[in-house]
Amino acid sequence: MKTLIIFPIIIPLFTASICLVSNKMPRLQWFFVWFGNITYFLVALIFLWTTYHGNIYSLQLGNWQAPFGITIVIDLFSSIMLVITSLLVFCSFLYTRSMTSREEFRLGYLSLTFFLMMGVSGAFTTGDLFNLYVWFEVMLMSSFVLMSFGGEQRQLEGSIKYVILNLMSSAIFLASTGILYGMVGTMNLADLSIKLSMIEQQYPKLIVSSLLLVAFGIKAGLFPLYFWLPASYHTPPPGISALFSGLLTKVGMYSIIRTFTLFYREIDTTLQNTLLIIASLTMLIGVLGAVSQNEIRRILSFHIISQIGYMLMGLALWTTSGIGGAIYFIIHNIIAKSNLFFISGIINEKTGSYYLKSQGNLYKELPILSACFLCSSLSLAGLPPLSGFVGKLALIIAGIHAGAYITVLISIMVSFLTLFSMTKIWIYTFWGTSNYKKEVSAEPEKSLFFAYSAVVILALLTLLLGVFGETFIVISEKSAQNLLQPLTYIEKVMEY
Amino acid sequence: MEWLFAILVGGLYSAGLYLMLQRNMFKLVLGMCLVSHGANLLIFTAGGLTRNLPPIFSEATSIPSQITDPLPQAFVLTAIVISFGVTAFLLVLVHRTHKTLNTDDVDDLIKTDLQ
Amino acid sequence: MNSLILKTAAKYIAPLLFLFAIYLLLTGHNQPGGGFSGGLVASASFILLAFAYGVERTQNWIGISPVYIIASGLLLACGSGLISILLGQPFMTGIWITFNSLSLGTPMLFDTGVFCVVLGTTLLIILELIKEV
Repeated sequence: MKTLIIFPIIIPLFTASICLVSNKMPRLQWFFVWFGNITYFLVALIFLWTTYHGNIYSLQLGNWQAPFGITIVIDLFSSIMLVITSLLVFCSFLYTRSMTSREEFRLGYLSLTFFLMMGVSGAFTTGDLFNLYVWFEVMLMSSFVLMSFGGEQRQLEGSIKYVILNLMSSAIFLASTGILYGMVGTMNLADLSIKLSMIEQQYPKLIVSSLLLVAFGIKAGLFPLYFWLPASYHTPPPGISALFSGLLTKVGMYSIIRTFTLFYREIDTTLQNTLLIIASLTMLIGVLGAVSQNEIRRILSFHIISQIGYMLMGLALWTTSGIGGAIYFIIHNIIAKSNLFFISGIINEKTGSYYLKSQGNLYKELPILSACFLCSSLSLAGLPPLSGFVGKLALIIAGIHAGAYITVLISIMVSFLTLFSMTKIWIYTFWGTSNYKKEVSAEPEKSLFFAYSAVVILALLTLLLGVFGETFIVISEKSAQNLLQPLTYIEKVMEY
Repeated sequence: MEWLFAILVGGLYSAGLYLMLQRNMFKLVLGMCLVSHGANLLIFTAGGLTRNLPPIFSEATSIPSQITDPLPQAFVLTAIVISFGVTAFLLVLVHRTHKTLNTDDVDDLIKTDLQ
Repeated sequence: MNSLILKTAAKYIAPLLFLFAIYLLLTGHNQPGGGFSGGLVASASFILLAFAYGVERTQNWIGISPVYIIASGLLLACGSGLISILLGQPFMTGIWITFNSLSLGTPMLFDTGVFCVVLGTTLLIILELIKEV
């Protein structure tokens, strides 16, 4: 097992390098893509299985002892995220496989997606704050290039906003690691947890954690810091938007959960209230933004923000069921939201537009797509028996137990508004009369088989996640328990 | 010495933010550079400023009474490498945008927000 | 740019710069230098050539696309870490072989990988920029 720990980082790195070299041989390149993807998935599954049975694995890179070197840790939370990452990346490859086959696109897209995957899995597995910064940068660099890929005008505009605001967040993150190092002299998360719990004064800790909250909040798209997200997520090609919507904000959320549960053994009320207020506002503002939009991908981008609020609410409740609900919600959201982005891409392929007004009557033409859309969108709104319902129910019950009634009320209201804007897409796009003219293009019609299979797989997963909700909630709550009682984690990392 | 560095870091941050708040896209890049320099110096200062002390010593010799912490330097080095890459990318991006849109005013980048 | 002085000077300075880059790479383990600074200096030598003789001729001299340099560097750096796994140590543990007074180890391989990655990335970006100006 010790050897396997590094694999989630090495596999994408190797595959990315091979993709760069083998661009002249598409078949070989795709073979390596699938090979890398499936091995990654298997490794992630092995870790999910073993960490579920109570193991936590840690590896000291280069054999440097724990608080000094870089540590890689895989616990249940990380392995859940790794499995979901590999599933999403797999579907995104399936999707782009049928959407485009241009050579330069393949060169950039395949290798950069693997670099993105490396950054993401590095962020999920690292046990060191500075290393987390480095993985964030790896992830951001590849996402920058992916976002501006193709160089269309709107893409460039979106990239500038995305890049500048994310770089600002990185600078704040870097400054907070510096201050933290000056305070306690360590960067290892487990060691930080020990040393911070010994500090008497609250204020330095509060300053650092609020800096971290701002830095991760920009990446996650929390309430006052989300402006880059709806301005940029609808500009790249849909396969890339789907990948971003699934992974990037969730990495921010993952980092918030990971650092806060390690830094605070018990949450103090000021911080808890602040988090609850931010969570409520994030939910509300996100969904209100979505209601006012008329372009599918912009609606979906605003919904990303609104859903992030639910996750933060779960963390802010600071109970096993709350954080468990948040983790379940992350899984659900990655699957459902990315699928909606994929579907928006296929709709665009059929109608030539992303605007609701110039679509319509797709239900008759594309029954499978409509079924998948219905599945994912109702799941996003939280209707039983789909995954969103289970997640929201868990969060609401946890909220009532913790006494956060206003936030619970807002979250229920937001669900209705989500349902409203999903119905809006449904009515305009799938019902009504068709308002688009099908252009007869000279190019042969693309075979959308792979794209459809990606969409169907994700829709089925949403259904599965909802129907077997009980099992997944148990897994999530178990990982929440590990997060709230970090002693085993600390022992494993420090190798006492 | 620390107070001097504190002022320097503050100055770099404020200059960087001032430049970033300008409309010009190239000033945005420069401001980003200054802010990341500020963050690097912050780590360097927070890790403790010492001169002429050994960072590494062998197990055979006794531990010196004063040592330099090598880790902040490693952090700063990593951060510099990263900011180098980011700045290079940012330059290309700004250049492309300037060529495509024929403007270097950030306020003209409104197409993504319009319906 | 068409300057006789620059062309003549570049002919002599560029190889020297590249040699200095190799020197930086090799001394990096014990003295100031290393893969990153070496790679930057090496790419500076090619960029000097590009300024003097144009991008296309420089690309011909380099021979392969910078993308391949990046990829080989990544494989080399990552592979150097894997050697220690084969010997049962954690990833990236330094493995050293000593001949008389010369010791060779995996950190050097890693540095060479970094050298290639930095060289490739810088060339990729800056040659693109020079082409467009």
